[in-house]
Amino acid sequence: MACERADTLVHGYFDNELDALRAAEFQAHLEQCSECVVTLDALESLRSTINVAQPYEKMSASFRKTILADLNVKGATIMSTPAATTNWRWLAIAAAFLLLLYGGWRAASLNRGDSRETLMASKIVDAHLRSLQPGHLEDVISTDQHTVKPWFEGKLDFAPPVRDFTERGFALQGGRLDVVDNRTVAALVYARRKHVVNVFVWPTSEKDAAPRAGSIQGYQWIDWRKQGMEFYAVSDAAAPDLDQLQRLFSN
Amino acid sequence: MSNPVQGKGMDVLDSQEQVRFETLVLPHLDAAFNLARWLLRSRADAEDAAQEALLRAYRFFHGFHGGDARAWLLQIVRNTCYSWLDKNRRVKDMTEFNEEVHGLPSPSPETLAIAGNDRERLSEALKSLPPRYREVIVLRELEGCSYKEIASITAIPIGTVMSTLSRARRQLQLALGNGAAQEATHGM
Repeated sequence: MACERADTLVHGYFDNELDALRAAEFQAHLEQCSECVVTLDALESLRSTINVAQPYEKMSASFRKTILADLNVKGATIMSTPAATTNWRWLAIAAAFLLLLYGGWRAASLNRGDSRETLMASKIVDAHLRSLQPGHLEDVISTDQHTVKPWFEGKLDFAPPVRDFTERGFALQGGRLDVVDNRTVAALVYARRKHVVNVFVWPTSEKDAAPRAGSIQGYQWIDWRKQGMEFYAVSDAAAPDLDQLQRLFSN
Repeated sequence: MSNPVQGKGMDVLDSQEQVRFETLVLPHLDAAFNLARWLLRSRADAEDAAQEALLRAYRFFHGFHGGDARAWLLQIVRNTCYSWLDKNRRVKDMTEFNEEVHGLPSPSPETLAIAGNDRERLSEALKSLPPRYREVIVLRELEGCSYKEIASITAIPIGTVMSTLSRARRQLQLALGNGAAQEATHGM
């Protein structure tokens, strides 16, 4: 009765910490083991409970001020996440120092990479916000992937991977065409509890990349590349929700 | 707020190191506070411990040669909090338990039922876990740390992060009162 994998491996699977081989083995095991399925569901519901409760505790503004003064930080108005709010003057000073003192190219290229990533993410968040305007969310409204997928045919020069994950808590709502960074992309719309999740997809010639994530203005984003496709998921749902969606797409 | 660490002899980083510190460490101030807050279960204690930990991080920053700055900082925060817990456990054994200062003991089901809203319910359940379970939940679910990061922050061997998380989550499910099914199939 008791499956020992329901004790441990299911957690590694849930947390996306199994290597590809073990993940595939576990996936196969899931088909036959109702106990692991139940455990996995319970883990997802535990994560939802945690996300709904929003238990993250932030510093008070006054305490942050004290700390920044302790740490000799001048003009102490720096926010907790650099992506969320940027103090340009501080950044400029920091960049100048880095350029001068590290003699260069290495620190400079690192900076450029970071800002390019942040810029792309902010474009994606903008596209997400545009989509939330009335009437903008879906061009094809269907919860059936076999309706949504053909809809894109002839409208794009690539076939986006359209999948429904209703049983895993991400219900496909539909799709639309969108423009991000001057390029026509597929946007897949999912419902995660009360949250709208946009998944933007377009082809890329770059090689597969592990997910990178961040947040801008309270919106979470996660970006990954797989099999010639660039994916950007964005939502006001919690970050672990997007991690989970990323895993679903990658399986 | 008392400040036991900073004094006249406080090290000051040179401007290059100061910039590096601000770039690498400051983005994780909330992470530092959040971990301290959950480990110590009181805002006042967490502020003191976070302050102590950050000053320590500042002082030892020249020893940080790159890598994962968040993990490095959280490791210092965790160690500071554990010293704090050890120190106060000894004091607490001799004094009356003070709910205001030290948070709440394990909640009874009645307490949980009364604690109506989601946040309070989760908070009580999480607080009832032993610190070693509480920290892996906070690091994984709130901070989104990988197993590797959890291992380096908590000094749990990487091979046992998964089983520790498994036990921690089961206990949290039980504390939340929706883990009865799990309990039936797995002994703790």
